[in-house]
Amino acid sequence: MRLTLEFGGGLELLCNSVKIHHVDVDLKTGEDKLSMRDLLTWIKSNLIKERPEMFVKGDSVRPGILALINDCDWELCGSLDAVVEEKDMVVFISTLHGG
Amino acid sequence: MENGDADGKPKRAAGRLCSICNQKKPALKRPKTLEQICRECFYSVFEEEIHNVIVDNHLFKPGERIAVAASGGKDSTVLAYVLSELNRRHNYGLDLFLLSVDEGITGYRDDSLETVRRNEVQYGLPLKVVSYKDLYGWTMDEIVKTIGLKNNCTFCGVFRRQALDRGAALVRADKLVTGHNADDMAETVLLNILRGDIARLSRCTFITTGEDGPIPRCKPFKYTYEKEIVMYAYFKKLDYFSTECIYSPNAYRGFAREFIKDLERIRPQAILDIIRSGENFRISTSTKMPEQGTCEQCGYISSQKLCKACLLLEGLNRGLPKLGIGRSRGPDRAKKDGKQRTLLSGVKGSDLQSKQCGTLDF
Ligand SMILES: [Zn+2]
Ligand SMILES: [Zn+2]
Ligand SMILES: [Zn+2]
Repeated sequence: MRLTLEFGGGLELLCNSVKIHHVDVDLKTGEDKLSMRDLLTWIKSNLIKERPEMFVKGDSVRPGILALINDCDWELCGSLDAVVEEKDMVVFISTLHGG
Repeated sequence: MENGDADGKPKRAAGRLCSICNQKKPALKRPKTLEQICRECFYSVFEEEIHNVIVDNHLFKPGERIAVAASGGKDSTVLAYVLSELNRRHNYGLDLFLLSVDEGITGYRDDSLETVRRNEVQYGLPLKVVSYKDLYGWTMDEIVKTIGLKNNCTFCGVFRRQALDRGAALVRADKLVTGHNADDMAETVLLNILRGDIARLSRCTFITTGEDGPIPRCKPFKYTYEKEIVMYAYFKKLDYFSTECIYSPNAYRGFAREFIKDLERIRPQAILDIIRSGENFRISTSTKMPEQGTCEQCGYISSQKLCKACLLLEGLNRGLPKLGIGRSRGPDRAKKDGKQRTLLSGVKGSDLQSKQCGTLDF
């Protein structure tokens, strides 16, 4: 599944300072959808190059990190259970940086 | 992308509409009210709430010269943008300008000052940059060269706390506004409790401080959630910069921050409740409060003859840089765990963890 992932607010520092990633995520066999929970796992093992604890805590993003799916707050679409689809854009922004 | 659904993907949350206008697709959940609202309604409630805070608390008078403390970070960028909007829209009659401090740390301010310079053009607000060299006669790099990295956080915190006030006085501002938000405020209340700092606890939630001093300071974002500030900046595509002071690891504050964010996830209202608790603390009359005077040298509030900054400066200038460090209290105490950070580990380990040390001490 092709997705556009964007990291901002300092999170890009965890992925070689690259903000926008065009990725192709392999789905589990027989499935055509991907949950945010699965996507986070995929990101953690494929994109995050250092200090993963700055990005994830437990099975979710670290509190203080905002996530948007196609520019919509993920809290409106089920957070971890939200489903992403082909060509979706998922944005993660840290609010934890200096103001 | 200004209008919600430009990408033609209405599939999610499709059933529900904005709980304010009842017409558009919601774009975010407000932490303050848990309402689901669309972008346009978000812009207007976000801005109008700040306007109401300004009016209800009589923050400004027409004709005042207002320095917006601008670090290039999210809070101050959004503050500058919103204030200049509101100033126009509601005819505040304010002479607004951006005020930035250049600490003189090689490489560190280059990008953030660049951001503030772009903001100057984007929002049409004049920019004044004052350097540590102007304010103190020393750059942060020169200080670190003299004292080594071990104690630099004392200097970093103390000098930073005063820099904006001194800078604002230097450029003859009537008031200074800072981008401290509700999350910062809650964190500070908590930290003052954890440190038993009753004097700070009692004043840290004031929306305006230093009214008896040369430059009053106010915080129009006192009740504004960090999440909304960042969402606003994202939707409006405001240009901000995010990185930390490389000289500023502060573990204690980092933990308080993390705790606040954990609470917020479970119950977002907690942030406002902590602020309210801070506001409603009453200090018993038998509590001994430190006497508040002013520094003989610079006029900044101080319980001693000389304020901390002047004391540290005296040490630097006399070649006794350790002067004033021993009696330090507050954030630096957390560092006495014997772990001296090298510059490099400071960069690697701390830049996402905590806010700049000293920036939030009230
Ligand atoms: Zn609406
Ligand atoms: Zn420091
Ligand atoms: Zn002084």
